[in-house]
Amino acid sequence: MARTEGKTSKTGKLLEIHNLRIEATVYPPGGDPENVVIVDDVSLTLEPGKVLGLIGESGAGKSTVGLSSMGYGRGGVRITGGKVILNGRDILKDRPGLRKLRGNEVCYVAQSAAAAFNPAHRLMRQVVEASVKHGVCSRAEAERRAVALFRELSLPDPEHIGERFPHQVSGGQLQRVMTAMALCSQPDLIVFDEPTTALDVTTQIDVLAAIKKAIRDTGVAALYITHDLAVVAQVSDDIMVLRHGKKVEYGATQQIIGEPKEEYTRALVSVHHIAHEEKKPAPQPLLLVKNVTASYGGGTVKVLKNVSVDINAGQTLAVVGESGSGKSTLARAITGLLPPSEGSISFEGRTLPPRLAGRSKEDLRQLQMIYQMADVAMNPRQTVGTIIGRPLQFYFGMRGRERKERVLELLDKIEMGKGFLDRYPAELSGGQKQRVCIARSLAAKPKLIICDEVTSALDPLVANGILKLLLELQKEENVAYLFITHDLATVKSIADSIAVMYRGEVVRYGPKSEVLKPPFDAYTDLLLSSVPQMQVGWLEKAISGRRMEAAGN
Amino acid sequence: MSAASESRSFRFPRIPISAWIGLIVSGLFLFAAIFAPWVAPFGNAQIVGDVWEPISGAHWLGTDNLGRDLLSRMIFGARTTITIAAAATVLSFGLGSVLGFTAAVIGGWFDQLLSRGVDLLMSIPTLIFALVVLSVLPGTMLILILVMGILDATRVYRLARAVAVDINVMDFVEAAKLRGEGRIWVIFREILPNALSPLVAELGLRFIFAVLFLSALSFLGLGVQPPAADWGAMVKENKEGIVFGIPAALIPAAAISILAISVNLVADWVLNRTSDLKGGRGNG
Repeated sequence: MARTEGKTSKTGKLLEIHNLRIEATVYPPGGDPENVVIVDDVSLTLEPGKVLGLIGESGAGKSTVGLSSMGYGRGGVRITGGKVILNGRDILKDRPGLRKLRGNEVCYVAQSAAAAFNPAHRLMRQVVEASVKHGVCSRAEAERRAVALFRELSLPDPEHIGERFPHQVSGGQLQRVMTAMALCSQPDLIVFDEPTTALDVTTQIDVLAAIKKAIRDTGVAALYITHDLAVVAQVSDDIMVLRHGKKVEYGATQQIIGEPKEEYTRALVSVHHIAHEEKKPAPQPLLLVKNVTASYGGGTVKVLKNVSVDINAGQTLAVVGESGSGKSTLARAITGLLPPSEGSISFEGRTLPPRLAGRSKEDLRQLQMIYQMADVAMNPRQTVGTIIGRPLQFYFGMRGRERKERVLELLDKIEMGKGFLDRYPAELSGGQKQRVCIARSLAAKPKLIICDEVTSALDPLVANGILKLLLELQKEENVAYLFITHDLATVKSIADSIAVMYRGEVVRYGPKSEVLKPPFDAYTDLLLSSVPQMQVGWLEKAISGRRMEAAGN
Repeated sequence: MSAASESRSFRFPRIPISAWIGLIVSGLFLFAAIFAPWVAPFGNAQIVGDVWEPISGAHWLGTDNLGRDLLSRMIFGARTTITIAAAATVLSFGLGSVLGFTAAVIGGWFDQLLSRGVDLLMSIPTLIFALVVLSVLPGTMLILILVMGILDATRVYRLARAVAVDINVMDFVEAAKLRGEGRIWVIFREILPNALSPLVAELGLRFIFAVLFLSALSFLGLGVQPPAADWGAMVKENKEGIVFGIPAALIPAAAISILAISVNLVADWVLNRTSDLKGGRGNG
C-alpha cells in the first residue's frame, strides 16, 4: 500500500533530522521573559517502513521531536536550528509547503483520541477528511479504504462503525479509528504520540497489536512516542532515549533493553523492582466490607455486586481491574459518597453509617483518600501550607506556630523542604503534587488511606518514588491502604492482599502470594498476561496465549 | 532554589498602560464624587447664568437648561450616579453569588426553587419591572438601590451558579466534603476563590449596566428626582438643546461612556491577575 518508491532520497532514508534545536520563551515569575532550549542537538534517521521509539519522561521533549517531523511546534515553541529532511527535502525551508505535507505525507495519532476527535461529526467524515482535502483520492474511494483499514485494525462492524459519533465507541476503539485516520491518506510516516497510555492494560494490548499489524501490512514508517519502555520494545526497531531535551542513548531495540549503556536507561529498564515482604493477615480486620451492592441512577445500573473484602491494620489491599470494573465505585461506597443499597461497611468493629452526612468527624478523620489526578485534588487557590494545614486545624484545632511546625514536619516526611510552604499547586511538578496530597491525608493521622490510581498519571520513575514513599510511611505510621489500580506491576510491589474485580464483582481475592499463584481464572490470567514485559516478541506470545477478550470498556 | 526564593520576595506589580488609564480616569471620577461639595465651583441647584450658555472661563462646560453650571452638576451627578450604581452592584453580587453558590452546592429542590424563581424574575424585562415597582414605591435612593440590586442579582445568580456547578464536582471539593467540611467552608473557601475570575469580569460589566440602568430610569423620570443631579437625568434635561446645536446633553452622555470604558479597563487587569494560578507571581 505504501507509495514510497521513487520518493525517498538518494540515501534511502525517509526522515533525517540533523542537530535539531527547539526553543520557547517562558515568562518566569516576576522576571523578564527568557529563552529555554527544549530540544538540543538531536539527530535521528528513519528508513521507510521502520519504527523508531522515542522514550523519556514528561518534559523530555519527545513529543516536540516527534512533531518537528511535520514542521510543527506546539504551544508556541520554535524550531530554531537544525534540519528536518523528509523524502529528500528540507521541510523547514518550505513553510507554505507544510500544509501539503501534514495529513498527507506525515500523519499524527494523538494520545487522547477522545479529545482529538470532533464530537459533533461522525467518525467516517473525520477519517477521510485529510485524504479528500489533499486530493489523494475521491471521497468514495477514501471511504472504501477506511472500511478496509477498520477491518485491518480489527474494529467491530467495520462497514458501519464510521457512521457512529466519537462518544459512541470505546476509548480503545477510538484510538484504533484514529490510527485508521492516519493511515487513510497513505502517508510515508506516522507520528504516534503515546497512543496507548490512556488505555487499560487489557485494551492496550489490543491496540498495540492492531497498530503493529497495520504498520507491518502497510509498510509505513513510524515515530512511536511513549514513556513506557516495555510498550515501545514491542513495536519499534530502534529506540532513542531522551532526557531534558537531549539524547541519552540511541540504538537498536534489542541493545537498549538488553544491554543499556547509559545509567539513565538502566534506571528506566529496571524501574519496577520494589522489595516488599507480604504481611500475615491479622485476626481482626480494620475495615470490613460485607456483601456490598451499590448502583447509580436509582438502582437501575448495578456497579457493585455483592462485594466482600477486608483490610487489616497497617496492610495494603490492592483492588485491580480494568476501567468500569467498579473499583473506584468501591472506594466511593466505603467513603460514603455513594451509599450502598445492600450490605454493610464496618470500621474497627463499628458499623459505619452508609451516608457521608451521617458519619462523625472522627470516622471521617480515620479514613482519608488520595486521588488519581493530584492537580484537581488540590484547590489551585490555596498554598501548600494551607492545603496540608487545613486537616490539622479542622481535626485537631491546631493553629499558628504549632500548626506550621507540624506542616513542616509533614513536608519533611514527604521529602520536600520548607521552601514549598507558600507555593501554589500550579508551581509543583506532578510528583510533588501527589506528595502534597499524601501529606494532606497523613495530616489527619488516619488508620486507612484509600489510594485511587495514585501513580497512574505519573512517569514511571516518579511513580516508583511515590510507591516507595507510601511503603515507608506505612511502616512509620502503621496506616492501611486500599490501593486501587489497573497496573499489576504496582500491585506486585506493594500489596499484602489482592482483590481482582471484573464487571462489579470480585472474581479473585486473597493474600498476594495466593492470588498470584497459578492456576488462574480466565480474567486474572488476562490481566496478568496483558502487562507489557520488557522483552522483544512478548506481544505476539501474549496475544496467542489469551483465553478471553477484554470487557472492552 | 535560591533563585526561586528570591522571586518570592515582594515586587511592585507591573501595571499595563491600559490599566493605568483606567485607574487614573476612574480615580478622577471617584475623587469628584467623594469631594463634590469642595470641588464643584458652584452649588448643585444654583442658577448662575443664562440658559445654555456656551463654554467659557467662568463656566468650563457651559450652563444647562435652567442656567445652572454644568460642571458643578456633573460633579454632583457623579456622586449620585456612582454611589447608587456601586451600591446596587455590591448588593447584586453579594446576593447573587452567595445564592448561586449555595444553590450549586446544595442542589436538589433548593436549587430548583431558587433557579425557577430567578427565571420568573428574568422573564419580565427589567426596565418594565423597575418601572412598575418604582411607580408604586417612593423614589428614594434606598429603594432605587434595592430594586436595581435585586433585579441585577438574577444575572449574577445565573453566572455564579453555572460556574459553581462546575467547580463543585471537582476532586478538591469532594476532598473537602470527605474531610467533613461544612457548607460555609466549601462555598467561601473552596468555590469562591476559584469562581472569582468570571465574577470579577462580570463585576465591571454589571457596574456599568447599573450606571446605564440608572440613567435610563432617570431619563424616564423614575430614577433620581430633580433637583438632585444624575448623569442620565441631565441628558434628559438637556436633550432639547441638541436640536439647537447645544452640546450640553452630550457631556453627561460622554461621562457615562468614559466611566464605562475606564472601569472595564481596570476590571480586565484585575481579571488577568485573579486568573493567575501562581499567586500573582507572573504569567509563567
